[in-house]
Amino acid sequence: MNDQNKIQAILQQVAGKPIDPSPEESLFESGLLDSFSLTDLVGELERQFGIKIPDSDLTPRKFDTVARIEAYVAAKR
Amino acid sequence: MAHLRGFGRCLPGRIVDNVEIGALTGADPAWILQASGIEQRRFAGEGDTVASLGASAAQDCLSACGAAASDIGLILMSSGSAERRFPGPASAVGTALGIGGVPAIDLPLASAGSLFGMALAAQLAPAYGNVLVVASEIMSRTISLTPEGRDTAILFGDGAGACLVSAASGIARVVDSELHSDGEFAGILRLNHTGPIEMDGKTVILQAARKMPRAIADVLERNQEPASGVAALLLHQANLNLLTRVAQSLQIPGERCFRNLHRYGNTSSASLLIAAAEWWQEQNGVWPGPVVFAAFGAGLNWGALLAACL
Repeated sequence: MNDQNKIQAILQQVAGKPIDPSPEESLFESGLLDSFSLTDLVGELERQFGIKIPDSDLTPRKFDTVARIEAYVAAKR
Repeated sequence: MAHLRGFGRCLPGRIVDNVEIGALTGADPAWILQASGIEQRRFAGEGDTVASLGASAAQDCLSACGAAASDIGLILMSSGSAERRFPGPASAVGTALGIGGVPAIDLPLASAGSLFGMALAAQLAPAYGNVLVVASEIMSRTISLTPEGRDTAILFGDGAGACLVSAASGIARVVDSELHSDGEFAGILRLNHTGPIEMDGKTVILQAARKMPRAIADVLERNQEPASGVAALLLHQANLNLLTRVAQSLQIPGERCFRNLHRYGNTSSASLLIAAAEWWQEQNGVWPGPVVFAAFGAGLNWGALLAACL
C-alpha cells in the first residue's frame, strides 16, 4: 500500500465512514473531518507511519488535504 | 505542604438557553448541543461586575470552609474578561470582602487562570497562610451575539468560582502540580482591547487534546499514581467532546470526569472552580482519593494539579 492509500485508509478510519477525497480536496471545508477527527488523524499518522508530530506542527493547515498530509509524512521520515 | 480548604461559586440568575442564543446567532439549537454539549448558560445582569461575581463566590467559599475573610493572607484573582486594563478586579474583591490592605494579585490568563492560581497558592501558602483563589468571568460581554459571532457566542457563559488554599489544614492536600506556557499559538484564542473574542477552534482543540492529557500524565507518573486510581477528574469545562477525549486518552472512566458544562457553558477560568465546588458538594464531605485538576486555554497556558486525601 502506498502512502496515499494508507492515508486514505486512516481518513476513513477516523471519519468513521467511507470517504474518498481527492488529493487536493479540503478535508475540513468539505466536512469530512472536524476538530476531533483531526485529533484522531494526527494520532493515527504518528502510530501507523512511526513518526513524531511535534506540538508546533499541530495546526489544521498542515493536514487539510491528502496531498499535504502525504508531503508532511514524507518530510518527517 | 499546602491544603485545599474548600470551594465556592456564584452563578448569575439569568438562564440563556440554546433557543435564545440560536435566535440571535442563527445557530440551530440542536446543533449547539451536538457540537458543544451545552444546553444553557448564565448571563450576568447589567449591574454585575467581574469583581462582584468574584466576591460572591469568595463569600460562598469562606462560608463553606467555615473561615472568615480576616483569615485571608493573599488573594489571587483570575479573569480574562475584566472591565478595564487596570486596576484589575483583585483589589476590588478584597475591598468587597472587607479586607482592604491584604495583597491581591490579578492573573489575567483566561481559561487556565484558576489552575495557575491554585498551583501558585499552594506554593505561596506557607508564606501567606490562607490564600484565596478567585476566578470570575463575564464572557457574555466578550462575544458577538450575531450570525458573524456564532461560533464563539454559542460557547460562553458567566460565573465565578473560588478556592481557599491553606498551609495549615484542609479537606485535601496538594500533592504536586505543573504549569506550562507557550506563546507560539497566542493568536489562536485571544480577546483584543476592541472587538469580540477570536478563536481558531480546530487548532485550540488539537493543542488542548495533546497538551492537557500529557500534563496530567506527567503529574500522575511523577507521583507514582496510576491513572486508573484517579477518583475524579476536574477539568476546565470547555467542550464536552474534549472532556471525553481527555478522560479516554488517559484511560480514566468517563464517569469520573465531572461535567457541568451543559448547565453553564464555558465560563473560562471560572469553570474549573465552579466545577470543583459542585463536585465537592456531591462528595458528602469525604475526599475520595487522588483528584486531578487540569486546564488549558489562551496563552497558551495549561497544566495539572494533583490533590489527595489528608
